Amino acid sequence: MSTSAIKHYVDQFQHLQKDLISDQLQAQRQSAIELLQKTGFPTTRQENWKYTDVRPIIGKLFNVATLNPENISTETIESIRLHELDCHELVFINGRFSAGHSRLQALPDGVVIKDLASALKDHRQLIAEHISGFSAAEHNGFTALNTAFIRDGALICLPPNAAIEKPINLLYLSGLHDRPFASHPRNLIILSENSQATIIENYIGLDDSDYFTNTVTEVCMKQNAHLQHYKIQQESMQAYHIGSLKIAQGQSSRVESHSISLGGALVRNDIHSRLEAEGAGIIMNGLYMATGKQHVDNHTRVDHLQPHTSSHEIYRGVLNDHARGVFNGKVIVHKDAQKTDAVQSNANLLLSDNAEVDTKPELEIYADDVKCAHGATVGQLDQDMLFYLRSRSIDAHTAKSLLTFAFADEVIRQIKLDPIRKRLESLVIGRLPEADLIREFAA
Amino acid sequence: MLSIKNLHVSVDKKKILKGLDLKVNAGEVHAIMGPNGSGKSTLANVLAGRDGYAVTAGTITYKGKNLVEMPPEVRACEGIFLAFQYPVEIPGVNNIYMLKAAMNAIRAYRGELPLDAIEFLNLVKEKVKLVKLKEELLNRSVNEGFSGGEKKRNEIFQMAVLEPKLAILDETDSGLDIDALKIVAEGVNSLRHHDRAIIIVTHYQRLLNYIVPDQVHVLYDGKIIKSGHRELALQLEEKGYEWVKQEAAAA
Repeated sequence: MSTSAIKHYVDQFQHLQKDLISDQLQAQRQSAIELLQKTGFPTTRQENWKYTDVRPIIGKLFNVATLNPENISTETIESIRLHELDCHELVFINGRFSAGHSRLQALPDGVVIKDLASALKDHRQLIAEHISGFSAAEHNGFTALNTAFIRDGALICLPPNAAIEKPINLLYLSGLHDRPFASHPRNLIILSENSQATIIENYIGLDDSDYFTNTVTEVCMKQNAHLQHYKIQQESMQAYHIGSLKIAQGQSSRVESHSISLGGALVRNDIHSRLEAEGAGIIMNGLYMATGKQHVDNHTRVDHLQPHTSSHEIYRGVLNDHARGVFNGKVIVHKDAQKTDAVQSNANLLLSDNAEVDTKPELEIYADDVKCAHGATVGQLDQDMLFYLRSRSIDAHTAKSLLTFAFADEVIRQIKLDPIRKRLESLVIGRLPEADLIREFAA
Repeated sequence: MLSIKNLHVSVDKKKILKGLDLKVNAGEVHAIMGPNGSGKSTLANVLAGRDGYAVTAGTITYKGKNLVEMPPEVRACEGIFLAFQYPVEIPGVNNIYMLKAAMNAIRAYRGELPLDAIEFLNLVKEKVKLVKLKEELLNRSVNEGFSGGEKKRNEIFQMAVLEPKLAILDETDSGLDIDALKIVAEGVNSLRHHDRAIIIVTHYQRLLNYIVPDQVHVLYDGKIIKSGHRELALQLEEKGYEWVKQEAAAA
């Protein structure tokens, strides 16, 4: 199966090359497609993909979308836009940038927020220096595929000491297309010394079109840079989503990552941060909710390479019906990384007898003076809590929804951006029985 | 109001209650006393409808209705309230919102409109004084980070807001110091009413110094083996349970 898929994408690659401007990334695209030919797509025989079988994705032979993004009506976009969020917004439809639907406000000098296709013309040097920090060993078939098809996405670059107060929202909308299609968004985020930004990647399905989002975001954090990063995945329930967030962190840089995964039939989120200099730290919050036959896999990895680095991770999963969850959190404390502070926890709530989760926190420690803790739990709703609420006249359905929401909200309430937090609470509640009754609890 | 006849209850196939009879009228306060393991908490839980307590024989009739088949939330709507021995902490569920949801579920059951936010807050402010609970605790998650005494007072506070017809206090006095005990007792006394019944389940009689019961029952080995008035509690305090057991064995 993999062979025919690879041939399909190689043919597509060769066909598209005529369309693509020949830019300085051509060599990288070429080597990526060669890498894909050599390594193929991941299989469940690989430890990292043991519980996630991607054959449904590679069996589909997706093409690129042909819809002109500007043809989507303003009403469609307006119905999705989070109006309470005052932000800079880049809108992409089926992976293609839409200048007409995007909204950029005035920016401080030297700040670049641009679609990648235009940026490839104007900021060649910058992109060439920072993009594709993947080594051959780090690549998997999907990141290679993404690299081979680099065309659209966002470039966000802050000069030293720049702070952007308003969040930057990358809105990736998919659907309204009659043939199966794939998009390969590529985002590049560069935060120079002492700069600060809040960036949201929001993936939303517009209808039940058959599609595959294969996204890669690379982040370069210079000394003392601060980033709040949100990934909100609300693809359609038929869609496939594979996303990789790769972060390199300089001295005393701080990243706060919130990853909320709600949609998609088959989903894989990877986050990999390298804490490359002293004092670098990352907070990773995650929530995944799956129902029906959804499969959602979260893999995170933090490399502590230098002393006094920290990583704090809390991921929670709520799995209903026949849904399947996978969590793998790896923390590697390298030999020079003394005084590392790493905490990791993953808690899962199984709401049905048929739901399943495989969770594996992993710690590899090669330094001797570190503080590390990790733990994972899988359980059902607490019977004592349930009885307490019922004894207070709250019916069983509402009580279950309430406790489920409270469990998920432990992650969502960490979100500092009010409009995002409220939207997420509303989305989570909307997926529970007796939603109207418990909506008030999120107030 | 409440009539229990020949009640047999098993937990995990172990027989705990073995033919218990009890009749409680509106306006009365009954104390159920007994040594550890006699079945006191089982009785409290069975009345509130906790899962895992199997009624194998006998009847429980409350306001003329068969209680045994009734789900816990319906019992609560019908006016039954259990003040828990160990109130559970519920992270992420706000105290006040839970209470409001409870209140409005009861009102909906009775065909009444929900209280609006202001009416509800006024009620809360009035009742919270009764048990001298710090108001800031109310905006926390249910019982989360509460001290033992605060948890017990929160139970009585909820009871005061919900105004049940039949209140069951399961070892509400355990773990309370004398000041907290007095506050809890005052809260309970203020709820004494001619159309409300209260069952106090307790190991010691000291709470009964402050809440004077109409009747005292001794529960032993799953049955009520002696009933009397307040003096019975004092006798038990003085002489322990042994003499009642012997009296019952002789009879």
